[in-house]
Amino acid sequence: MKKIRLLVGLYFMSFSVLLANGEPTAADAIFTVNNTWMLVATFLVFIMHLGFASLEAGLTQSKNTVNILFKNVSIIAIGILTYAVCGFNLMYPGEFNGYFGFAGFGITNPIGSAGLIDYAGGAYTYFTDFIFQAMFAATAATIVSGAVAERIKLSSFLIFSTVYVAIIYPVSGSWKWGAGWLDQLGFYDFAGSTLVHSVGGWAALVGAILVGSRLGKYGQNGQIKPILGHNMPLATIGVFLLWFGWYGFNGGSVLSADPGGVSLVFVTTTLAAAAGVIGAMITSWYVSKKPDLSMILNGSLAGLVGITAGADVISPMNSVLVGFIAGIIVVLSVIQLDKLKIDDPVGAISVHLVCGIWGTLAVGIFSAAHSLYVQALGVVAYGIFCLIGSILIFTILKYSIGLRVSEDEEIIGLDIGEHDMESYAGFQIFTVE
Amino acid sequence: MKLIIAIIQPEELPAIKEELLKRNIYKFTVTNARGQGKEIPVQEVYRGISHEITLLKKVRLEIAVNDEFVDAVIEAVTIVAKKDGDKGRGKIFVLPIEECIRIRTGETGKEAIG
Repeated sequence: MKKIRLLVGLYFMSFSVLLANGEPTAADAIFTVNNTWMLVATFLVFIMHLGFASLEAGLTQSKNTVNILFKNVSIIAIGILTYAVCGFNLMYPGEFNGYFGFAGFGITNPIGSAGLIDYAGGAYTYFTDFIFQAMFAATAATIVSGAVAERIKLSSFLIFSTVYVAIIYPVSGSWKWGAGWLDQLGFYDFAGSTLVHSVGGWAALVGAILVGSRLGKYGQNGQIKPILGHNMPLATIGVFLLWFGWYGFNGGSVLSADPGGVSLVFVTTTLAAAAGVIGAMITSWYVSKKPDLSMILNGSLAGLVGITAGADVISPMNSVLVGFIAGIIVVLSVIQLDKLKIDDPVGAISVHLVCGIWGTLAVGIFSAAHSLYVQALGVVAYGIFCLIGSILIFTILKYSIGLRVSEDEEIIGLDIGEHDMESYAGFQIFTVE
Repeated sequence: MKLIIAIIQPEELPAIKEELLKRNIYKFTVTNARGQGKEIPVQEVYRGISHEITLLKKVRLEIAVNDEFVDAVIEAVTIVAKKDGDKGRGKIFVLPIEECIRIRTGETGKEAIG
């Protein structure tokens, strides 16, 4: 991300022009185009939150739908507000020691052209930078929501999300995107296979383990009982929205409207998503003897997460390979996690953590300019930091206010238990299986 | 007056309905139901795990008729079901009706049913 910003910066170094100051120049026009694309990318990332909400609601039981939607709406609010309060300045502290830096609370627009055309060399304004990055921040916490769905206490979840997205996400993000120590070593993560998806995925893993599996998911003799998602059309809408939003997630991570860069990223992103569907289709058909819709939904997301780290440095044909392998991995991972009795109702750990790691390593495999060793070092560094962070927060919550709703509440559903509200009042729903 | 309750397979409903109409039986109530009979449980797969469904989807058919139509109703239901030899074709219950009142007119008994 930073490299491109630097290149664009060098290109525009000579045009230090403030918009609306005399005749508009060519540099002003390109600045406007760049900034407009970055804002389009921003609202594309925004709509991914509707995608997450729909997907998670669809893959869980109808009695927990209000709760899932409540969490998803709260998270975007918490993510954006905490990013304004401290996240942005923790993630981009300017000059710092490479591990932890903080440029102060709140956001302050640099005066004059310094906050406009000169802010990123004609690529976008200060405010655009903030709002684009803020949309990313909330994504990391949303990933956790699906993995701990249907049994976590709402209050505990909201506290966890606030701390995680306010501190863990931006501090770890500064190591790479804030030009910290991993960036200095040459670690590469274009749009966040590690910085966003794995960061969320590690917390999802810890959350799912510490909160425990849903009642009735695993029998006494070790048999696995599926708990069916209640709305496959909603899950499918969610995945299409996520795929749609990913054009902003990856396309915006070019950090300008650079025609060559953005169009390449669109191609690699799309090819990987498509290959992820096919990879998951073949795997689930072979393993389960039947083609599973929820698995190919996960497969497309797996492909997208997989290509996110290297969308601008992996060739289109290799992006097919990256996506295809991600599609295979995600199905095997979902099945394996179930065997380990780690209950993840929506497959968030497999999609975001496992495929996030795969995507990060894939940069080292498919891009000659990057080292597999440094990529692996990045994966391990983020893993250790996020594991410690999420174990700490979840454990404190577990032994203070508690992580899990009561058994009775879980059976009756979190909609009534946490919210005293039904998600489908007036619909006939079979609650007895 | 008899109330006939038939628990049938959902896919048989259109054919049974047709058979009932053929025998001049036009009034009945249909409800979605779930039940467990002698049939072999169905295997379904969700996210790589196969599981057994024992409570299967059924349709509950309720028909109130005058005594002379009872045989016709039973025939209409069984003629369809018998085409398939599998277990789990459902059951028919015949119950006496104490009274029947048509709400709009207040008619009772035989007139109200017919």
